[in-house]
Amino acid sequence: MKILVCISNVPDTTTKVKFVESDTKLDTAGIQWVINPWDELSLTRALELKDDATAGVKSVTVAHVGPVTAEPTIRKALAIGADDAFRVNVEPADSYYVAAQLAEVIGREQYDLILCGIESSDYNGSMTGGMIAEFLGIPSVSAVSNIKIENGAPVVIRETDGGREVVSVPIPFVAIVQKGIAKEPRIASMRGIMTARTKPVRIYEPLAKEPLTRITVFEKPSPRAACKFIDPENPGQLIALLQNEAKVI
Amino acid sequence: MSVLVYTQNWDGKFKKSSFELVSYGSKVAEMLNTSLICLSIGTVSDEELKKLGNYGAGKVIRVDNEFCKILDNQVYTDIIAKAALKEEARVIIISNNTEGKAVAPRLSVRLKAGMASGVSKLPLSLDPFTVYKRTYSGNAFAHLVINTDIKIITLAQNSFSLIETPNNAGIEDMSVSIDSSLLKTVIKDTQKQTGRLLLTDAEIVVSGGRGMKSPDNWGPLVELAGVLGAATACSRPVSDEGWRSHEEHTGQTGKVIAPNLYIAVGISGATQHLAGVSSSKYIVAINTDKDAPIFEVAQYGIVGDALRVLPKLVEAVKELKK
Repeated sequence: MKILVCISNVPDTTTKVKFVESDTKLDTAGIQWVINPWDELSLTRALELKDDATAGVKSVTVAHVGPVTAEPTIRKALAIGADDAFRVNVEPADSYYVAAQLAEVIGREQYDLILCGIESSDYNGSMTGGMIAEFLGIPSVSAVSNIKIENGAPVVIRETDGGREVVSVPIPFVAIVQKGIAKEPRIASMRGIMTARTKPVRIYEPLAKEPLTRITVFEKPSPRAACKFIDPENPGQLIALLQNEAKVI
Repeated sequence: MSVLVYTQNWDGKFKKSSFELVSYGSKVAEMLNTSLICLSIGTVSDEELKKLGNYGAGKVIRVDNEFCKILDNQVYTDIIAKAALKEEARVIIISNNTEGKAVAPRLSVRLKAGMASGVSKLPLSLDPFTVYKRTYSGNAFAHLVINTDIKIITLAQNSFSLIETPNNAGIEDMSVSIDSSLLKTVIKDTQKQTGRLLLTDAEIVVSGGRGMKSPDNWGPLVELAGVLGAATACSRPVSDEGWRSHEEHTGQTGKVIAPNLYIAVGISGATQHLAGVSSSKYIVAINTDKDAPIFEVAQYGIVGDALRVLPKLVEAVKELKK
């Protein structure tokens, strides 16, 4: 089985996001770029499956749509343990555009299990995975919190509102994964970092395609009013405020 | 032309979030000077469907067949697409919940309809069609223009209030011909936690962090949740340690919630945690550290020991409810 893990290149979670050019673009000065947290967990699970000889995973490939400045993030994924990668050499426009680019290569290179994180921490779109599946005309399962291989076939756990289901779907399919898919992201070993440099990264030029949406401006959330402190010896006052002022209880 | 709202049902019943979605759709239909149609998939009674009329639905389409007994993303996408095309929907509105995220992106590609997810306001402009959505895990919002004839919006939970616009909604049973080979999902086992209030549905949430010191201290927190009719949640370290179940983990990689009131007890307010709760209408923080970042986002705070404060809060709520 060939597994593909789609990865997004995002600012580190603790970044204080700021915007420039009349708030139309992210200020990238000083940003630490990392693999999108859900994608990192997704990659970790793929590698755990590969480590299990009974699972029959032949390779784990990572895929990214982005310019050459994303290379370090791709190398990080290779250092963690992916076997190879491909990059579609273009700025990621919207999710539709990115999904179209990925689907084109995935269809050609033929993968059995495609993993996408449920969302990326920059756009919080929750769209790319489902879109890739629709472009390819293959099934998708979302809210996946676990993947196992049983008798050579993937079996997933899908979270539902107030429960979960054990689901099986024929390959090839897209699993859109979320919390639970791996406990901790795998860390690159020294050996991993060394070998990452020579692992193959295929570069493709993009398909001619138009995005369907575009962001025109960003806004920071309105500043919150300063916190009203209540005397710890008189917490009943808080309840009164919540009832009479906030009107939430 | 129409606005189509897909209203998910849970065992044949709608929830408050369903009616919020219809209220939102009703306003969008008004803005576009067109009709509001709701689509329901699965077995739902006429009586239940008519409730959608109370929030502005002019017509409710019911699709119920052997292929929609379980969620298969391709089948549901096919049904919604066919209904949208039949009703010439210009805007399709779906909840930004688990099922919505599974289906809306497929629908976007299927109909070549630009999509915006996690939208929390009515469209800012109709031409160009511009919506307001959460980005950077709540640290910024974006104005997003959708360039296509058909647009898909997934609505952030608890972002739009109910508006009652009583309407006598007609029910139309629509038969959709589905290629049986489309249904590929097989459910091998199901687990349901019944009875307990779902975290994502709760209007009030009481949440505990590492500052609670030990899982043995959760009694008063659970009691406070009980008297408030609230759900309980926790920060990531607490669920990682096994003090509380993973279902309760709220945060960037856990559940993202938007209750009316979020009470954070012994939670410092790390960025990753705040990403999960920043859309809450009100945040209350109880922490012994006056410099904890949580106080920067809370509207109300108590600098004190949770174990002393919680029982007093429980008493105060009980007094109130008398």
